[in-house]
Amino acid sequence: MTMENLKYRFDGGKPTQGVTSVVGVLGSGNLEVMVEPAALGGACEIEVSTAANGFGTIWQAVMKDFFARHRAGDIKISVNDAGATPAIVSLRLDQAIETYKGKHK
Amino acid sequence: MTRSYYESIARARIAGLLDADSFHEWLSAADRVTSPHLAILEQPAAFDDGVIIGQGSIAGKQIFIAAQEGGFMGGAVGEVHGAKIVGVLERAVRDHPAAVLLLLETGGVRLQEANAGLIAVSEVMRAILSARAAGVPVIVAIGGQYGCFGGMGIASRCATTIIMSEEGRLGLSGPEVIETVRGVEEYDSRDRALVWRTVGGKHRYLLGECDVIVPDSMAAFQHAVTASINNGDDWSLEALEREHQLLSDRVKRFGECKDGRDIWRKMGWPDPDAIAMMDNDEFLAAAQGRRAKQTVKVP
Repeated sequence: MTMENLKYRFDGGKPTQGVTSVVGVLGSGNLEVMVEPAALGGACEIEVSTAANGFGTIWQAVMKDFFARHRAGDIKISVNDAGATPAIVSLRLDQAIETYKGKHK
Repeated sequence: MTRSYYESIARARIAGLLDADSFHEWLSAADRVTSPHLAILEQPAAFDDGVIIGQGSIAGKQIFIAAQEGGFMGGAVGEVHGAKIVGVLERAVRDHPAAVLLLLETGGVRLQEANAGLIAVSEVMRAILSARAAGVPVIVAIGGQYGCFGGMGIASRCATTIIMSEEGRLGLSGPEVIETVRGVEEYDSRDRALVWRTVGGKHRYLLGECDVIVPDSMAAFQHAVTASINNGDDWSLEALEREHQLLSDRVKRFGECKDGRDIWRKMGWPDPDAIAMMDNDEFLAAAQGRRAKQTVKVP
């Protein structure tokens, strides 16, 4: 089994306040997503650690789509993945950013 | 609210059992105290290594808690995972919370971490006994999909109280392990009825290994945990001798039995096959006087 580490950065997002949150579980076909505040000048940094090797272009597309929908900046997203499908990844990312923002009062 | 304990992930169980906003996590996900072994094996490591630890309150009582996440590697105990549970128990020896609550869901040792995992499980056992010796009751809840097996099955039996739902399973070797080692003729792990007759919550309650059986709801588990904290811990020599006597009687009475059904018949159940279909209240009423051990509670 090999593992792949992927990194993405999207600039020009809206600074988004929140509280560090984790959603999902690192189980077969699933993933866990952590969102943390980070002073990145409006950028969103994403780091993915995945058990499924060779899907970098699909991850790129899913992350690009996520950023286009939320424009969330000044956050760091960390993902541990055990072979989740792109649709599951998208839903988890939405859940993660909503949880992150929702906890902020 | 009748939210299912079985269907919930570990973080949801903590949120569901503890008083609102009372939980404070130790070594949180953001601290990234992850397994050093999985990276070497090219496997992604969970932020919390599959166990969430911390303190909070339940019905106003300050407790320490560890909750295993069965969805990550079957809740298996690795070096960091085990050390986190041990840390909770050792801190309890120092700080004397009202109880330590262990929400166990695990296949036992994480085989990828081999000896480190084995040592971790033995340290958990010792730490459970240390906490009890220091006067802190250790309460185990088992009601998740993966049950509680392997070394952690032994560890759970070192605790003060075990609370299970019918859906929960408790054992040493898991069903698949028994089938692999002894053959399908001996034990068919896909025969769900057989599995629950031998390791399921109702059977464990009748044998007396599980002290409290509850329906699968967060509220029921919460109520049982609170009651168990109030019951305290009988850690006397007499209690231990009584337990030893029960165990030797059990071997004499049921040693020849091949199936849970045979044991239940010997306990005086006229229709053992009816047990599986009873809801929790019916089962509790019918089980009066038909358990291998009647729970002895400290006044």
